[in-house]
Amino acid sequence: MLSRTAPPRVDPPPLPHARGPLSAAVLGALRGEPALRADPAGADPYGDDLQLALYCCYELHYRGFADVPDDCEWEPGLLALRREIERVFERALRADAAPGDGTVECAMRELDTLLVEPVEGTGPSWHLRRDGELWQLREYVAHRSLYHLKEADPQAWVIARLDGPAKAALVTVEHDEYGAGDPDRMHARLFADMMAALELSTAYGGYLDAAPAATLAEVNFMSLCGLHRRLRGALVGQFATVELTSSPGSERLVRAMRRLGCPEQAVAFYDEHVEADAVHEQVVRHGVIAPLLAAEPALADDIVFGVRGSGFLGDRFGDLVLDAWAGGRPSLRTPLPDAPELVGSTR
Amino acid sequence: MDDAREVVITADGPVLITGPVEVVLPDGRRVRSDRPVTALCVCRRSRRAPFCDTSHRRKVRDTGQDEENRAQPHRTAAR
Repeated sequence: MLSRTAPPRVDPPPLPHARGPLSAAVLGALRGEPALRADPAGADPYGDDLQLALYCCYELHYRGFADVPDDCEWEPGLLALRREIERVFERALRADAAPGDGTVECAMRELDTLLVEPVEGTGPSWHLRRDGELWQLREYVAHRSLYHLKEADPQAWVIARLDGPAKAALVTVEHDEYGAGDPDRMHARLFADMMAALELSTAYGGYLDAAPAATLAEVNFMSLCGLHRRLRGALVGQFATVELTSSPGSERLVRAMRRLGCPEQAVAFYDEHVEADAVHEQVVRHGVIAPLLAAEPALADDIVFGVRGSGFLGDRFGDLVLDAWAGGRPSLRTPLPDAPELVGSTR
Repeated sequence: MDDAREVVITADGPVLITGPVEVVLPDGRRVRSDRPVTALCVCRRSRRAPFCDTSHRRKVRDTGQDEENRAQPHRTAAR
């Protein structure tokens, strides 16, 4: 199907600013400067420096950066450094996400926990629904843009690593995420439309410098699991976490936006996800997870790791955002400019 | 191959139908869904009837335990 609108120009984003020695080493290498020595061993696994360094390494596999040669994607020095950084990140995350007991039943139980809704929850979407302000909603969307402007891309890596019914079902969901053949219905596109309606920049990677480590870590976990065949079970667990929790979360954001008087073009993205992800939940559980565990029961523990790792990083993101907002501070590293055309946007 | 349409009744939630569907409501209105799979609400709790919005899910209070005492929700939904 052809888009009714002209295709956007593909402009890779500019390189971000370094946040420490690791990210400086990666960014230096991307600029073609002589290799810097960098040792991730002592770095904070969830810190700004390590997460940005890892994010930049991964971005070479998506859209790249302006003025960085495409061939940097397979530059052995960068790959070697990325490998060291990944080890630090994965080791920390495995320690913080309690392991399962290796059984298929444990993995199924873990997914069941995602299907229980609290009467009163505490995450950012709950806050935004209850009494969030417009500047907080816009910040939330800016954080989420790091993933949603490439929505479904990290999970697409896993397709080639699956087979049979699990593969077919996962592709069904991905096809829907990509607009089911209509580029104007692509979820990344709907997200960009929402950003424009909220007077945010729709530039790919436009909020990378503004995004704190907790935001980057969630996307990095997807890329880590997507790019390593070894972690295909974790990728499916991460994917399931998003698809199973998204529908009620999206409903809360729809209510937040309507309460705040946001334009309908802004509401459309989360509105679409309420129904779409109610379907995806069923397809993921019955179509992806069940056949995958039947075909490869040894993946059970990695599915649990994907669910718990996502939950842990999601909670860290939520805590960071809510702590900042509780203190009246921006949760982004650089505050957003006000949107004078939008109702109630002044802080 | 039998070309009969498959309709899946899930144990815990909606009825799943593949392909675009047009749903006829009791008042005669017709609602179309072009999704590859459509989830029809049969618990009648959906606020987006006739489509599922996951309202069938079990709810728990802040204590983290529901009456069946089985599962605790994750503290925050990812989105």
